[in-house]
Amino acid sequence: MSARILMCGNEALAEAAILAGCDAYFGYPITPQNEITAYMSRRMAEEGRVFVQSESELAAINMVFGAAATGKRTMTSSSSPGISLMQEGMSFLAGAELPAVVVNVMRGGPGLGNIAPSQGDYFQATRGGGHGDYRTIVLGPSRVQELADCMVLAFDLADQYRITVMVLADGILGQMMEPVVLEAKQRRELPPKDWALTGADGREQNIVRSLWLGEGALEELNNKLQAKYQQIQENEVLCEEYQMDDAEIVIVAYGTVARIARTAVDKAREEGINAGLIRPITLWPFPTKQISAAAETFRMFLTVEMSCGQMVEDVQLAVAGKCPVLLHGRPGGGVPGVEEILEKIRQLTIRTGAA
Amino acid sequence: MKAVHKRTPVLKDCPTHYCPGCGHGIAHRILAEVIDELGIQGRTIGIAPVGCAVLAYNYLDVDMIEVAHGRAPAVATGMKRTNPDSIVFSYQGDGDLAAIGTAEILHAAHRAEPLTVIFINNAVFGMTGGQMAPTTTLGQVTATTPAGRQARGEGYPLQVSEILALLPGTVYVERCALSGTVSIKRAKAAIKHAFELQMDGAPGLSLVEVLSPCPTYWRMSPGDAMKWIKEEMSQVFPIARLKG
Repeated sequence: MSARILMCGNEALAEAAILAGCDAYFGYPITPQNEITAYMSRRMAEEGRVFVQSESELAAINMVFGAAATGKRTMTSSSSPGISLMQEGMSFLAGAELPAVVVNVMRGGPGLGNIAPSQGDYFQATRGGGHGDYRTIVLGPSRVQELADCMVLAFDLADQYRITVMVLADGILGQMMEPVVLEAKQRRELPPKDWALTGADGREQNIVRSLWLGEGALEELNNKLQAKYQQIQENEVLCEEYQMDDAEIVIVAYGTVARIARTAVDKAREEGINAGLIRPITLWPFPTKQISAAAETFRMFLTVEMSCGQMVEDVQLAVAGKCPVLLHGRPGGGVPGVEEILEKIRQLTIRTGAA
Repeated sequence: MKAVHKRTPVLKDCPTHYCPGCGHGIAHRILAEVIDELGIQGRTIGIAPVGCAVLAYNYLDVDMIEVAHGRAPAVATGMKRTNPDSIVFSYQGDGDLAAIGTAEILHAAHRAEPLTVIFINNAVFGMTGGQMAPTTTLGQVTATTPAGRQARGEGYPLQVSEILALLPGTVYVERCALSGTVSIKRAKAAIKHAFELQMDGAPGLSLVEVLSPCPTYWRMSPGDAMKWIKEEMSQVFPIARLKG
């Protein structure tokens, strides 16, 4: 398939997963990502692959755990409350070093919240989410095409590093229709899955585990995981910089909000305000170096998020006090508009005379 | 010299961590013999639970995974659906299967997943120090029922096998015991049958519940523990072929 076709984000990511060679999908219905489960129920059957509607998100992530342990490419998808339920399984996936892809089409929280778009799960996604010292790779696309491309990348990253990759979208991105081109791109060279449980036929027994009771054994595992995370931080950061050469005020935004912020940057420039945009595409590993470098020249940072301010903490850590970091956050389903962001830019640049 | 006895090949040659008189050792041996006799060592994937048997992979020489508490039937579903030619079994205790994992076992059975489940019922949480399990009998003293389990407030012993036998998705449910030579042989035959059904492609889940002694937390000698299964525990959990 290489034609330009119109698809909603949820269906585009599902088809991209099939393109990426996803052998098995397991999921439980939850709004606003139900199109994924429905689409997969039809398409996976057509492809002769596995689809199971599980009895809960707990079961879904554990079905992923089982399929992943046998070396299959596998995924699940859900939205915020369902992702919370999956955290036990995600910690186990990290401990057992199994590759998996998890899509979170975020909705408003806390609790049952609402079904409006949100970015309130940033902390949960980028800090591991479950118990123990671990990370997942987190991709935060902002267009339907990028969402689809992220799925192919996610399966490769998962296999390369034996890690869970979360694709963090929101209700707008999942529901919105845009033209996409779905095609198999040049893929990475991936290591063989010689650890997979395929039956110990003519070889030693393979064991997939996350319990290490021997003295020092778990510390050793954690050190190994941290070395892997370090490697990911060095090699896999993705971010887009827009109008940054002479920017005096830098907007940092990801996902859906980054598109709105980009328009606000253009409008600010029309008014003579030198605004720029840094858009993290990998939320973990975070583009700390890029933001830190931008903070070297005197600038002001404004983080715009659909939350009460979560990514702003990573921006503050990257800026490390070198210049002011401000927040414009809209929680609970609120989506910042272009004029709203622009007004914030105006206020800040007038107050400081930065422009 | 003629060999009259040899080690079961599927059972690894190593010291055990189980308590003296524990039923897990017997259950592991039976399981290993069955896998060996059926010639499926090279295509079997086993699932160890959270509980005393979490280290089952230290003893059983097949590909194995250790999973979150109670989730084995969901993990098994993911494995079997993607690898229909593999023989997938879960080995779960009463805390794992009858407490925290009731949703997973019920729905794996409900979906008629063609899996083999070995359910070890010893009426207590062994690994954490002998607390009440859903299968603890009325009046039984445990770490969390110091006055003996009372129906009012602590509920009745949960008969999961009877519940599962009602579902159209199970093809075989049998309750056995490790309380003497005869019952152990019967348990082995049941486990073998549960594997054969999966090998034959039977359209549903097979489960063998095994009443298993826990002398440590029953505060009994191994001999008395076996006697307790025969005289007390099997009154609450009748030894029977419940289905198939």
